[in-house]
Parts: sequence; structure tokens; C-alpha cells
Amino acid sequence: MGRFVGPGLAVTYLSLLVVLPLAALATKAFSNGFSTFWQAVSQPEAVAALKLTLLASLAVAAFNALAGLVIAWVLVRDEFPGKQVVNAVIDLPFALPTVVAGLTLLTLYGPNSPFHLNVADSRVGILFALAFVTLPFSVRSVQPVLAELDRETEEAASSLGASSSGVLWRIILPSLAPAMLAGAGLAFARAVGEFGSVVLISGNLPFKTEVASSWIYSLSQSDQLTQAAAISVVLVSVALLVLLGIGVLRRHFDISEAV
Amino acid sequence: MTSRWRWPLRILALGYLTFLVVLPVGSIFFRAFQHGFATAWSAVTTPDALHALWLTFIVVLIAVPLDTAFGVGVALILSRHRFPGAWLLDAFVDLPLAVSPVVVGIALILVYGKTGWFGNWLAARGIQVIFSVPGIIMASATVALPYVVREVLPVLQEIGTDQEQAATTLGAKPLAIFRRITLPSIKRSLAYGVTLTTARVLGEFGGVVVVSGAIAGKTETLTLFISDSFDNLNIVGAYAGAVILALIALLVLAIFARDTTKEGRKHRWRSPSDPSPSDSATLLLSTTSASISPMAH
Repeated sequence: MGRFVGPGLAVTYLSLLVVLPLAALATKAFSNGFSTFWQAVSQPEAVAALKLTLLASLAVAAFNALAGLVIAWVLVRDEFPGKQVVNAVIDLPFALPTVVAGLTLLTLYGPNSPFHLNVADSRVGILFALAFVTLPFSVRSVQPVLAELDRETEEAASSLGASSSGVLWRIILPSLAPAMLAGAGLAFARAVGEFGSVVLISGNLPFKTEVASSWIYSLSQSDQLTQAAAISVVLVSVALLVLLGIGVLRRHFDISEAV
Repeated sequence: MTSRWRWPLRILALGYLTFLVVLPVGSIFFRAFQHGFATAWSAVTTPDALHALWLTFIVVLIAVPLDTAFGVGVALILSRHRFPGAWLLDAFVDLPLAVSPVVVGIALILVYGKTGWFGNWLAARGIQVIFSVPGIIMASATVALPYVVREVLPVLQEIGTDQEQAATTLGAKPLAIFRRITLPSIKRSLAYGVTLTTARVLGEFGGVVVVSGAIAGKTETLTLFISDSFDNLNIVGAYAGAVILALIALLVLAIFARDTTKEGRKHRWRSPSDPSPSDSATLLLSTTSASISPMAH
């Protein structure tokens, strides 16, 4: 009998915190059939918020894939004093609470910006916040693959007369592409659900800077839980689909160690 | 790449990091202490601020041990037993990483709120979960649930069961085996898992803001205090609170970075019996994305 106590407790804990709440979410979203779900999701404000969230996340994931490549490159192939510190700084957005992240960005790029660059209450502000929180995914997915990359192939190519851009496009980028894509996917999945860092800088202006998670939040504040659940189901589905895709990508390209 | 590109790339990479991460984070320290240390100190010693600190401390004190016990237990189950549905357990453990914390909050309300599945049952017993401290603890425990499992499980899988089996045949009791053999070998990864769990619980915002109702002096954690202070133009309070959390984040990074330089890079585990994560890079990644899931705050 005793050997079932541990697993029983674990499953109970998981059920109370994860399984039951998510089941309740799905049930609530479709509580009055598919039409209620569709009504909630196709409401103009919901459509605007979802569109903004998906587009901004996509833009940031793509941009950070490039920025992450450059940063990973410098961390792997370049040598300079203080590199270890820079390497540690990459993880700061992981460790920093998101509200603090939002506040820090607002301090530098808000109304009192020392650079006179005010992106508060604008869509650009959302991009800044999402770029901040997703940066580690973009760098850390490429960095180990780049470090493992066989440099002999590159040297062979250049000794055979390939130009450095030829080496980049024909050898380096093709080997990094799956890892970059996986990193971009992780960044996208993270960005889609982001709330804390965006909420301060975006100002949550409906139809302009309101992202899906803040729309869910305001629905919950006005006790419209069915609608909130419906939008939540959309967000969770998108994130799960992307993560599932990354899983397939990983198995296909065998980059499980790296990413 | 030729040396022609060295400087442009270096400037590009370091410039992006400086303007996106370093300067913004540095600026909150400047803003917090702009009017002197005393002003910042008095801003985080108001009754509301002290209550927020106290509540955050309580939440950490309850949520982290629960998540740790659960994490070690699940890691043991998944690494030591083969059973149908193991993959399902594995997948559900990772789920909080893929779900927006705001969604976690909504989902908890739907089960434990007044109109939720257990609403009547809880109300009949006079237990309030949502808009109260238990809800805050549950939301925090949920979002931080996967970290201990993700840290400890790979180590348990790597060390195998040889030593434990040897001890069993020699007549050792399960508890003694756990304490004398299993625990020492997962000590390090467990410490990392607990550190990440604590950092995550301390910084939790989205889930907590939904379930807490953010009542100042009652259900306000430190992150809620920061955003509330900011909204109410208590700017010094917001920055001072942010500095506390930023310092903790920097401390966490320093712990990981120190071990990186000490252990060297690349090798994820130094030896099977004394596992030590490689650079903070792969470590944080192993937690957050090896399990194919982004850490959504």
C-alpha cells in the first residue's frame, strides 16, 4: 500500500494545480457550445488583441533570431575581455521578474527617456518588451550549435576558394538554421503569452496596444470569465502547436542536445 | 569569419545588449537612489510595502517546499518506474511553462473561485482561495512547478539505479537509501532547481495579479506592490521595490556564473556521481527549453 502514497500525492498535487484548472478552462470556453467560443474570439476587440499579439510576437521572434545569431557569434568566435560577464548578462531577462523588466524599459524608453526616445503607450514599446524577454531563447538556442560547428569544413571551403559570404551562406547558416528556427519558436511561444513586461509599457489601449493577455486580464476584472477562457484557449493552443512543431524539428534535425 | 567583420559584429552585438538589457536594468538602480538612499529606504518600509515583502516571503516559504517535494517525487517516479501514462505525467509537468501566467490565473479562478467547480464546496467550509492568500500561493506554485523536475530528472536518469539496488540487497531501508545515496547525488541539481523555483515564485506577476485582486496591505505581493506603486505615481516605491527583486535576480545569475567558471564549459555533468551543470547558458536552457517550453512569466 505504502508505495502508492508518493505517486498518489504527486498526481493529486498536479491535478489540483494544473490538470483540473486547464480542464475547467476548456470546459468554460465551450460551456455553451462552439458558438459562444466563436463569439468571444471574433469580438472586434479580441480580434485586434490577438492579431497584435501574433504579429508582434512573430516580428520579435524573427528579429531576435538574427540578433541572437550575431550575439552568439560574438560569444563563440570572438575573444574580448569581459566575455564571461556578457555571457551571464544574456540570462538576465530570464532571472528578472517581468514587472521589473517592464519598469526598466519604461525608465529608459518612456516619457522621461534620457535619449528622448519615448515608446510608452505605443506598439513599438510592445516590441521592446517582447525583445527583452525573448532574447535568451534566441541566443541560447544557437550558441551551443555554433560552438560545436566543425570549423574544418569552413576552412576547407575557403582554401578551395569560397568567399567568406559563400562560407556563411553555404556552410554556416544551413547548419544553424534548425537551431535558429527552434529558438525563434520558443521566443514566439513565450511572447504570445507575455503579460508582465508588456503591461506597463503598452498602456493597454484597446485596438491599439492591447495584447491578448491584457485583454484576458481585463475580461477577468469585469467577471466575463467565459470570454476570458475562450481567448485563453486560443493562446494555449497556439503555444502548444509551436512547441509541438519544435519537438518535431528537434527530432528531425537531432538538435536535442543543443536546444 | 574574416577580421574585417570582427568589429562591426562586436559593436552590433554588444550595442544591442547594452541598449536592450544593461542600460535599462542599470537605470532602475539610478532612479531608485536618485533622491538618496533614505528616500528609497522609507519607500520600501511603508506598511503596505512591508506587508508586500512579508506576503512574498510567506508565499515563497510555502510554494517552494511544496514544488520541491513534488519535483523530487515526480523525478523519482519518472526515472525509477516504467508505467503506462508516464509520458502524460511528463507532459503535464511541463505545461505551466507553455501557458501564459494570466491564463493560469483564470484557470484557477474557474476551479476555486466563487462560481468555480469547487466554489460551493469551499464556500460552505468558509475557505476563500481566490482574492486571498491561498490563491496567490497556488498561482505561484503552478507557474514554478516544472523547475525542480527538469533539473533533477536528467541527473537521476544519468546516475541509474546500481548503487540503490546494491544498497537494497544489503538490506537498507528505502528512506535510508534516499538520504544516503540518492539525495547526495542530486544535491547540486536540486539546489539549482530550488534556486530557479524561488526566483520564479518571487517574480510571479501575471497569475498572481489575476487571482489576488491586488488589495494593498492584504493580498499584494512585491511584484504587485511595484505595479500598484507605479500606477499610483509612487515612483520611488516602485523603483525601490524593483531594485530588491533585481538584486535577487543578479544574485541568482552570479550563483550560476560562478559555477560556470569553476566547472568549465561544455560538459553538462562532470561525473555521473557528482553532477554539475555546465555554463549557466545550457543550465537555464535545459530548464526552460530542453523541455521545449518557454518560461512565461
